[in-house]
Amino acid sequence: MQIPSSVLRIWAVFVKELVQMRRDRLTFGMMLGIPILQLLLFGYAINSDPKDLPTAVVVEEQTPLVRTLLQAMETSGYYRFVMQTDDPRESSDLLARGEVAFVVSFPAGFTERLVRGERPQILIEADASDPSASSNAIAQANTILNRALRHDLAGPLAGLSATPAPFELVTHQNYNPEGITQYNIVPGLLGVILTMTLVMITGMAMTREVERGTMENLLAMPAHPAEVMLGKILPYVAVGAIQTAVILVAARFLFAVPFVGSLGLLLFAVTIFVIANLALGFTFSTIAQSQLQAMQLTFFFFLPSLLLSGFMFPFRGMPPWAQTIGEVLPLTHFLRIVRGVMLKGASLADVQIPLFAISLFTVVVMIVAMLRYRRTLD
Amino acid sequence: MIATDPNALAIDVRGLVKKFGDKTAVDGVDLQMPRGQVWGFLGPNGSGKTTMIRMICGLLRTTAGEGTCLGFDIAREVNEIKLRTGYMTQKFSFWTDLTIRENLEFVARLHQLDDMSATIDRVIGNLGLMDRQKQLAGDLSGGWKQRLALAAVTMHTPKLLLLDEPTAGVDPQARRDFWDEIHRLTTEGMTVLVSTHYMDEAERCDRIVYLANGKKLTEGSVADVIRESGLFTARAEGDGVRRLASELQGKPGADHVAYFGSALHVSGADEAAMRAAIRDVSSEGVTWTDVRPSLEDAFIALMSRAGEDHRTHS
Repeated sequence: MQIPSSVLRIWAVFVKELVQMRRDRLTFGMMLGIPILQLLLFGYAINSDPKDLPTAVVVEEQTPLVRTLLQAMETSGYYRFVMQTDDPRESSDLLARGEVAFVVSFPAGFTERLVRGERPQILIEADASDPSASSNAIAQANTILNRALRHDLAGPLAGLSATPAPFELVTHQNYNPEGITQYNIVPGLLGVILTMTLVMITGMAMTREVERGTMENLLAMPAHPAEVMLGKILPYVAVGAIQTAVILVAARFLFAVPFVGSLGLLLFAVTIFVIANLALGFTFSTIAQSQLQAMQLTFFFFLPSLLLSGFMFPFRGMPPWAQTIGEVLPLTHFLRIVRGVMLKGASLADVQIPLFAISLFTVVVMIVAMLRYRRTLD
Repeated sequence: MIATDPNALAIDVRGLVKKFGDKTAVDGVDLQMPRGQVWGFLGPNGSGKTTMIRMICGLLRTTAGEGTCLGFDIAREVNEIKLRTGYMTQKFSFWTDLTIRENLEFVARLHQLDDMSATIDRVIGNLGLMDRQKQLAGDLSGGWKQRLALAAVTMHTPKLLLLDEPTAGVDPQARRDFWDEIHRLTTEGMTVLVSTHYMDEAERCDRIVYLANGKKLTEGSVADVIRESGLFTARAEGDGVRRLASELQGKPGADHVAYFGSALHVSGADEAAMRAAIRDVSSEGVTWTDVRPSLEDAFIALMSRAGEDHRTHS
C-alpha cells in the first residue's frame, strides 16, 4: 500500500523534532522535572490546615485545671508550646518577630475565679498577618477547651460544665484584626512579582549574547566578568524600583493595606532582594545554553518560590523538608520582612535575620556566577 | 608595564596545541610574525585557522604550547592583549539591535577612548555612513557589516589586527574596498593577520601560512609557496575541456586536475609523467599551453598531499 506523501512529510518533521528534543537535554529534563516538582510540592508540601503552630503561654499559676487546658490544646495538634512565661511583654515580642503564631494568656487567679463561676477570660492572640495560617486553630480553640474541661468538672463542680462555658475565650487577631486576606497577599505579591520578572530578565542576559553570536565579540573586549555582570544587572534595579513603586501605591490606594512600619527599611530590603533575584538570573544565564533554557530554569525556580515561601500556603503548615527548602529561597525571607514591616511595624532589629539570609544568598549566587562565567570560548 | 621592543615579533608562539575533546584542532603550530606586516592564514575549513587566531588573542586556552602576542603571554596576560589587539570574528558579532553609532559608542566606552564623540564622528565619516549612523547594524548589507566591524575593532588603534575570514560572502567591490582599508591601516603601522579562502587576497599578503588538519604545511611568500610546491602545470582551453577532466582524473602523472574558470589546469610534480598523461588523452578541440602554477594549484597540491580531508565546521 502506498503511504500518502503528506504522512511521509509529517514523519520527516516528527523525526527531526525528536532528534532536536533529545539533543536539548535541559529542556527534556525540565519537561520531566517540572511535573515531578509539581506533584511533590502540591502533593506533599502544601497543607492549608497547618498544625503544630508555635505558641507562647503566659500564665502565673500552675493548677491542675490550667495544665489540663494547656494539654488539651497541645494534643489537638494545632498548638505547640515553645515557651512559657509570666511576662506578657516577652511574649508579644515573640509574636511581633513571627517566632510564635499565638500567645495564650491566662489571667491571674484564673482557676479560683473559674471555680467560683465568674467566667474568667482566656486570651488567644494570633499573628493574623497570614489569616489562613491561624484561622483553623482559632476556630477550634473553644471546642478544644470546653471538651477538656468537661472531664475535670466533675463532682461538686459538675454544675459549671453546663452552657455557657465556665470561661470566656477572647481572641485577638493582631496586625490584621479583620482577617483581610489582601493584607497578607498584596505585600507578598511585591516579592512574587519581583522574583518572577527579575530572575527572568537577567536570565536572558548572557544567553542572548550567546544566541545572537555577540558573545565572542564581548569576550574579545577588555571587560572583566564582574564588570559585565554589574553592568547587566544595574539597569534592572531601576526596573525593580518602578515595579515596587507601582505595587506599593496599589497596596495603599486600591487595597488599603496598612503600612505601619518604616518605608526606608522596606526600600532597603527591597533593594537587596532585587539584587538577589537579578544575580540569580545572571547565574542562570551562565548555566543555560539558550534563552529558552533560561526561561525554563526561571520557572523551575519560581515554582517552589511561589509554593514554599509562605506566599500561597502557610509556611508553618509545610513538612520540615519543605520548610528547609523554603528557608533557602530569598522570597521566604523577603515575605517575612515585607509583612513584618508593613503590617507589624517591624524594626531593623526584627528583620535582621531574614535580611542577612537574603544577603548571603546574593553573595553565594554572585560567586557561582563568576565561577561559571566563561572568560574564553572553551 | 613591560617595555616592548618595537622590532620584536608581534606574534611569537611555539608548539600551540588545542584539543576539543578527543579532536585535535591545532597540532603543534609555531608562528613568528614580525610587526608591521600583513600575513595570510590559509587552509581548508577546519584546518585550525580560527582556533589559532582565538588562541593568539586569548579567547581560547591552549592545550599545550606557549608564546606571546605583542610581548604579552597568551595564557596569563590576556587582558593586556585584548587592550592592544582588534579581533574581527568570522560571523558578524556586533549588536544588530543597536545602531551603527551605538555599536561604536559601546566599543569606544569599553576601550575608554578620549574624545569619544569626535572619534566616532571621524570613524563614521571614514566609513561614509554619516547619514546612516542611526540605522540598526542588523539592517546593513553583508559588505557594510564587515566594514563596520573593521572600523569598530580598529577604533582603539590596536597594534595587531586579527581578521577571521573578513570577506566571506562579500561582493567583489566590497572586498576590494575592504582590502584597501587594510593596506591603509598597515601604513599606519598596524600588523595584520588575516585568514581567507580567496587566492587574490592571499596574494596581497606579505607572507602566507598554510594550515591543514591543524598542522602548518608551509609558510612563505606567494612565490616561495609556488616554487616549493615543485609543480608543473598545463592549461587546457576549448570546447573539449569538460570531457578531458574526467579522463585525466586519476591518471598517473596528472596529480591534480582542476577547473580555473572554463579552463582546466593539470598539474604534476613529475613533468615528464604529466606530459605523458596529456598525450594519452585526445586533445580534440583543446589547446594546451604551459603556465606558471598559480597559488591555487599549489594549494590544491598541498591539500591533497596533506592527505585525507578532516574538515569540520566550527
